[in-house]
Amino acid sequence: MKQEIIIAGFGGQGVLSMGKILAYSALMEEKEVTWMPSYGPEQRGGTANVTVIISDQEISSPVLSQFDVAVILNQPSLDRFEKAVKPGGTLIYDPYGIATPPTRTDIAVVCIQAMDAVVELADVKAYNMIVLGALLEVAPLVTRENVLAALRKTLPERHHHLIPLNADALDRGASLVHA
Amino acid sequence: MKHSDREVTLLKGNEAIAHAAIRCGCDGYFGYPITPQSEILETLAAEKPWETTGMVVLQAESELASINMVYGGGGTGKRVMTSSSSPGVALMQEGISFMAGAEVPGVIVNVQRGGPGLGTIQTSQSDYFQSTRGGGNGDYNVIVLAPSSVQEMADFVDDAFTLAFRYRNPVMILSDGIIGQMMEKVVLPPFKPRRTDEEIYRDCPWATHGKRPNRPHNFCTSLELDPQVMERHNQHLQEKYATVKAKEVRCEHFMNDDADYLIVAFGSAARISKKAIELLRAEGLRVGMLRPITLWPFPTDEIATLALRVKGILSVEINAGQMIEDIRLSVEGRCPVSHYGRMGGMIPTPEEIAKTITSHIKEIWTT
Repeated sequence: MKQEIIIAGFGGQGVLSMGKILAYSALMEEKEVTWMPSYGPEQRGGTANVTVIISDQEISSPVLSQFDVAVILNQPSLDRFEKAVKPGGTLIYDPYGIATPPTRTDIAVVCIQAMDAVVELADVKAYNMIVLGALLEVAPLVTRENVLAALRKTLPERHHHLIPLNADALDRGASLVHA
Repeated sequence: MKHSDREVTLLKGNEAIAHAAIRCGCDGYFGYPITPQSEILETLAAEKPWETTGMVVLQAESELASINMVYGGGGTGKRVMTSSSSPGVALMQEGISFMAGAEVPGVIVNVQRGGPGLGTIQTSQSDYFQSTRGGGNGDYNVIVLAPSSVQEMADFVDDAFTLAFRYRNPVMILSDGIIGQMMEKVVLPPFKPRRTDEEIYRDCPWATHGKRPNRPHNFCTSLELDPQVMERHNQHLQEKYATVKAKEVRCEHFMNDDADYLIVAFGSAARISKKAIELLRAEGLRVGMLRPITLWPFPTDEIATLALRVKGILSVEINAGQMIEDIRLSVEGRCPVSHYGRMGGMIPTPEEIAKTITSHIKEIWTT
């Protein structure tokens, strides 16, 4: 099985970090994984995106033009990547700031009110973990346990007290899918 | 995390280079930041190897200073390296030529970005000519290794030092923004201690490591004003390069056993091409790939052999068509050779490559 995922939004929304946590979680499951970020001017304040590929087999190209799943967090990214979802694939988006919602009917479109949900949390920086929770509810790429294990492994010890907050954010994200 | 008892981590290509340098007994790194390779210097600074292995890490004032520090360190028999990206490596060419002339070993990492000039910070492979044709003045060659994965970024650091000291020649690791910036699983090499002074005296009798009793002074210089002596020195260099060509060619064959059509690609372009081959094979087209791992020495014989039985070769490069010249010199007209590439930081997609192959099969490679 191979899943080709693009996560795209504004720089600062935690797009690259979310991809990194997803990639580490896949590593915990002994899958093959690549994480390819946009590292250009878009990372420095504009839109940012990251391609994550999770596979049971060796991964060929780390850069792609077609995706199984697109996670879209702003309008420019929606404009760019809606057409890049494979037919039958999935597009997950946060409607916050979206003036022109997706129109495709040959893919599954999931709308999650993550920006609204994050204000109820103690730390708005957990926004990307809400989105990750929603992504994993729609596409069970890795288990919740392995996401938390990846956080324990990659976060410095002094930030480990934030792991329960992140677990809460994952759960809130998952519940948004069915809201 | 254990994969068959080896520690598997997730690292960027640039980070893997830094960790591998510390682990393979590197004595010194001298560099100046430039996107997309700054994580090499950043990782080394964060790891503080001067507190553990004793490796020196220095941010130099410029690329010129960096390469001349490598020249100096290499001249004393130390395993020293630098890294930069295309415009920075262009600045280093004088120093690399001097090292080749003086037969000083050293490792240069180029995480390429688009040019010419300052160009773009996005990925490119447009330094192929600069890397494989010497790059500076004079008749010389640099051994060029082209990693196409984060694992190879890690593995090639020690390989590069081994080759550099075996042949007393600069060795370049020619990577690019994709391989440098992406994260993949990697198993880092085991720790190897830095060589002691006594080991360097033993292994590098040519090095300028201080006057020893019972031997003449050593000189590391590229200057010789007597043309007869200088021609003999050049002949010696050419003999050395011939040995490298005979012994050190490396390449990877991918689905070539039954291939009717062949892609030749290196580095990140080879990764993208593999995906194109997956797409083409799904359509029943027998396409394979040869990936040069050493760009100099180039896998001429392997390509010549394949050219006898394939109907066409496509060189996929993220440039305007540079390696295609070496492919054509290898093929010597045995089969048609074309190029596909993007420039300026644009990246060819697997679909574009697959489409180029299918249209070539219909229009050019008809036999």
